[in-house]
Amino acid sequence: MTMASDTRSSSDENRLQLGSHTLASRLVVGTGKYDTLQRMQESLEASGAQCVTVAVRRERLYDARGKNILDYLDPQRYLLLPNTAGCYNEQDALRTARMGREILLGLENPGADWVKLEVLGDSKTLLPDPIATLRATEQLVKEGFQVLCYTSDDPVTARRLKEAGATAVMPAGSPIGSGQGILNPNNLRIILEYLKARDPDYPVIVDAGVGTASDVAVAMELGVDGVLLNTAIADAESPVLMAESMRLAVRAGRLAFLAGRIPKRLYATASSPEVGTISRRPR
Amino acid sequence: MRIEINGEPRELDGDPSLDELLDRLELNSRQVAVEVNLHLIPRDQHASHRLSEGDELEIVTLTGGG
Repeated sequence: MTMASDTRSSSDENRLQLGSHTLASRLVVGTGKYDTLQRMQESLEASGAQCVTVAVRRERLYDARGKNILDYLDPQRYLLLPNTAGCYNEQDALRTARMGREILLGLENPGADWVKLEVLGDSKTLLPDPIATLRATEQLVKEGFQVLCYTSDDPVTARRLKEAGATAVMPAGSPIGSGQGILNPNNLRIILEYLKARDPDYPVIVDAGVGTASDVAVAMELGVDGVLLNTAIADAESPVLMAESMRLAVRAGRLAFLAGRIPKRLYATASSPEVGTISRRPR
Repeated sequence: MRIEINGEPRELDGDPSLDELLDRLELNSRQVAVEVNLHLIPRDQHASHRLSEGDELEIVTLTGGG
């Protein structure tokens, strides 16, 4: 059977629409934690991602001029997604978002109009503060940002963020950097049902918690639109190999979702014809 | 003149504009964002914005992150 004879299209298998941005890959990767910027550059290349996240941090004023990430990250090639990681209150997240926008405007990168909003509630779990996240979303939307919201996998919070005008809602599969994978697929299913009802193209991205390729495939098979990850690649023994596996996993998972998996059954169903066997069935 | 940059005190000669300060610090103004007393100063105002005694600045850039 060829793909062309299938009733379901696979033409959108790679393309991801996030607000006004069309991405050529459903994988979004972070740029943190790499041993070297060279390794980061090779890993981003292997991941096939078009959009990469970056953080906003104080300039180091007293160091000898070290290498800047922008020496290894071409703003002409990658769509940058600045984050507000490390912010523990609404005001700091707003300031960080505005400063990220200012830097991206200087770089003439189209990512200047959006932000990955993270407002954390707790430094041990890095779980989001849902109330501060909601308030910051409302304010940033007013200021013209396209807001991509990191949130927990709570469906009601996800719904409130969408109602507040978030461009995409990005539930964590499990805590940031934990590599535990998708801990509560049922919550993700409910989020997808809530957010995509009467709005099937509304983007839901799994952000955080992924440990390996199968976690990405599981997320994509549930029907999320993309996966955002960083540690799983950057801290792997071979980041470049893992990046390649993530590229394939996102595609494999998306195709499986589009293909429509078989239902799980308690008992077996034979694949070979049950008539014409030379063997007698046991009673 | 005494100001604070990224949480650290700093002595400056004269009352430079933000543009002049970034030059002195050898920073590329296209790769940074600057706040003065919690207010973002857009790049096109760097030349006209003069610093004052006691100003608290944040100068940020991009780094790796997830």
